[in-house]
Amino acid sequence: MLMLRRRDIVCQQAVELVTDYLEGALSRRNRRRFEAHLRACPNCSAYLEQIRTTVALTGSIKPEDLTPEARADLIDLYRRWRSQ
Amino acid sequence: MDVELLARLRKGDEQAFVMLVGRYQQPMLRLARSFVPSQAVAEEAVQDTWMGVVRGLEGFEGRSSFKTWLFQILVHRAQSAGSREKTNIPLERLPVVDPVRFDAQGQWADPVERWTEDVENRLDAVTWLPFLKAALDDLPPNQRQVVMLRDIEGLSSEEACSVLGISSGNQRILLHRGRSRLRGLLDAEMERH
Repeated sequence: MLMLRRRDIVCQQAVELVTDYLEGALSRRNRRRFEAHLRACPNCSAYLEQIRTTVALTGSIKPEDLTPEARADLIDLYRRWRSQ
Repeated sequence: MDVELLARLRKGDEQAFVMLVGRYQQPMLRLARSFVPSQAVAEEAVQDTWMGVVRGLEGFEGRSSFKTWLFQILVHRAQSAGSREKTNIPLERLPVVDPVRFDAQGQWADPVERWTEDVENRLDAVTWLPFLKAALDDLPPNQRQVVMLRDIEGLSSEEACSVLGISSGNQRILLHRGRSRLRGLLDAEMERH
């Protein structure tokens, strides 16, 4: 956890708190400061939005389909394991 | 659904195995690859894991999700195959945004552009996915592991920690670095378009 001494946080500190904020890992005090900063700062709001979009985009990565060969190999192995 | 497949697998249902493999083979390969030096070794670790699953099904007690259990076995095998020493010392917090982006007061030197519209307009065309996949593969392995488990596989932070054997503090730092880096790369890529 970052220690924030002054009452207000600046952008450079805010970007370091983004993940702790999204993870719900900020202390109540730091969360309030972070949210206050967001309300006053369109840049950091945009930044947080970008992080959220990045997370959503990453979540849309889907595994590629197995090749028929790879699948057949695995089924062969399965049969061997079962018969042993 | 995994639970149902498992029940069928226990009865020796080959189709259940095919479905589990179809769902998890690629994510497992990608995860294994981040621990070991070659694709061949990664494939071996994944195959070993499947064998363990087929033979050791009774060992799954349902205390964690099947996915977490599966990844735990895999990481265990991949780690021994990769013989990478496991360090669990607390990671340092390093700046995730280049300090030159800020002025002397710590405020953004240039406005941060919103890219929501841009991305949403092109989401259908999945323009960014190939780029993002490549960027993910370029992340340092420990960041890639955390981002994959959390943001692609949808594991909780506790599950990711237990799969990787890392502390929650380190997990958060790695997630922070990984996500921040992907954001930065996407941002730069979008500016080029």
